[in-house]
Amino acid sequence: MNKTFTLKNVYVEETASVVGPTEGAGPLGDLYDVVIPDEIYGESSWEKAERKMLIESIGLCMNKAGYEPADFDMILAGDLSGQLISANFAARDLPIPFAGIYGACSTFTLTVGMGALLIEGGFMDRVIAGASSHHETAEKTFRFPTELGVQRKATATWTMSGAAAVILGRSGPVRVSEVTFGRVVDYGIKDANNLGAAMAPAAFDTLERHLKNLGKRPEDYDLIATGDLGSVGQIMLKHLMGDSSMGSGNLTDCGLLVYDTRQDAHAGASGCGASACVFSSHFFPLLKKGHIRRLLLLATGALFGLTTAQQKESIPSTSHAICFERVEES
Amino acid sequence: MNYLLAFLFGGLVCAAGQVVLDKSKLTQADLMVILVVVGSLLSALGLYKPLVDTFGAGASVPVSNFGHVLTQGVMEGYAKDGFFGVFAGGVTKAAAVLGAAILFGFTAGLLFRPKG
Repeated sequence: MNKTFTLKNVYVEETASVVGPTEGAGPLGDLYDVVIPDEIYGESSWEKAERKMLIESIGLCMNKAGYEPADFDMILAGDLSGQLISANFAARDLPIPFAGIYGACSTFTLTVGMGALLIEGGFMDRVIAGASSHHETAEKTFRFPTELGVQRKATATWTMSGAAAVILGRSGPVRVSEVTFGRVVDYGIKDANNLGAAMAPAAFDTLERHLKNLGKRPEDYDLIATGDLGSVGQIMLKHLMGDSSMGSGNLTDCGLLVYDTRQDAHAGASGCGASACVFSSHFFPLLKKGHIRRLLLLATGALFGLTTAQQKESIPSTSHAICFERVEES
Repeated sequence: MNYLLAFLFGGLVCAAGQVVLDKSKLTQADLMVILVVVGSLLSALGLYKPLVDTFGAGASVPVSNFGHVLTQGVMEGYAKDGFFGVFAGGVTKAAAVLGAAILFGFTAGLLFRPKG
């Protein structure tokens, strides 16, 4: 069985999130650090708007923690646009060594996991992990031009506009204690309007390995949060868990927390921003305050491209699991 | 009565398209091509012209009418210019539609600066 890493020395120091107006009008609206007034955010393109959101989330995170760029060894960040242009161009404005990382919507836990191992291994002391997505840039990258006004299917998720950054270091209120990287799983789903169904088996694969490797059960976590399975994918994951001897545990999905039903977002929010923003604005404070003590976050990613979708290939998916634990005050 | 007939037939075409989109895995682009081909076939069989005569805009506004215009153009081109008319006829007949689409598309692009 592929390894689960148990860590002793890595902590989340601070988080920050910047989201779009639709997300700001959702149930978690008051919790985000910044809600931008409109999707274009004073820029001339959607891409520039997303970049600005990512830069702002990283800058805000540094300010909140009182750090300068020189205090960091590395930024690990990614997004959904081709050639990672949001993260790459954001890094242009930040004098910190940078690696762009692509995990589709699983990017957030992938960057956090890799950053955490770099610190645990003793190579680095402080790392920024971040991810961003933007509704309009994602539509362009994966679906149709937004001006085409194509109808959305009920199983489709709504790529959220949101960027978030977290600072990983050697002390902090929340510890990164377990990391399981995902294998790439493909159950043959070809419908790009039903990514939740494609990603649910990947979330299950990683969750099952994580629990087996550690000899744990779902109930050992106060909350198990998937990234952006949405309503359809979550039902599938519950079925998969029910069919195994695993039981269900306290399951939630970041994508289902972002919008309320009146917002007509269909199956829920998706995108790198979903797990990144919901962790940063919602779960991190819950962990800090002790409302939850152990959170298992499984960001999920559909690793397809527009070309493979048009060539009618199935959708390979992955999921990376991170356990975040509250540091009890002694 | 004209309005009602146009509404009924045009609405029927749209409703049928919606059912296809909801019940199949076809994309909007697939559906558009299907409508054009169906219009073209009906036109070749002489069945589309009666629809336009009866339902007016209800039959001439949906994209199936584009297939009808192309087919009629090809037939007229062949009658007038023989073999080469087959290639020129469709576009000649549809020239007004194509020209208008390009002009309005270009104007909208200039005015609204699409970013998608």
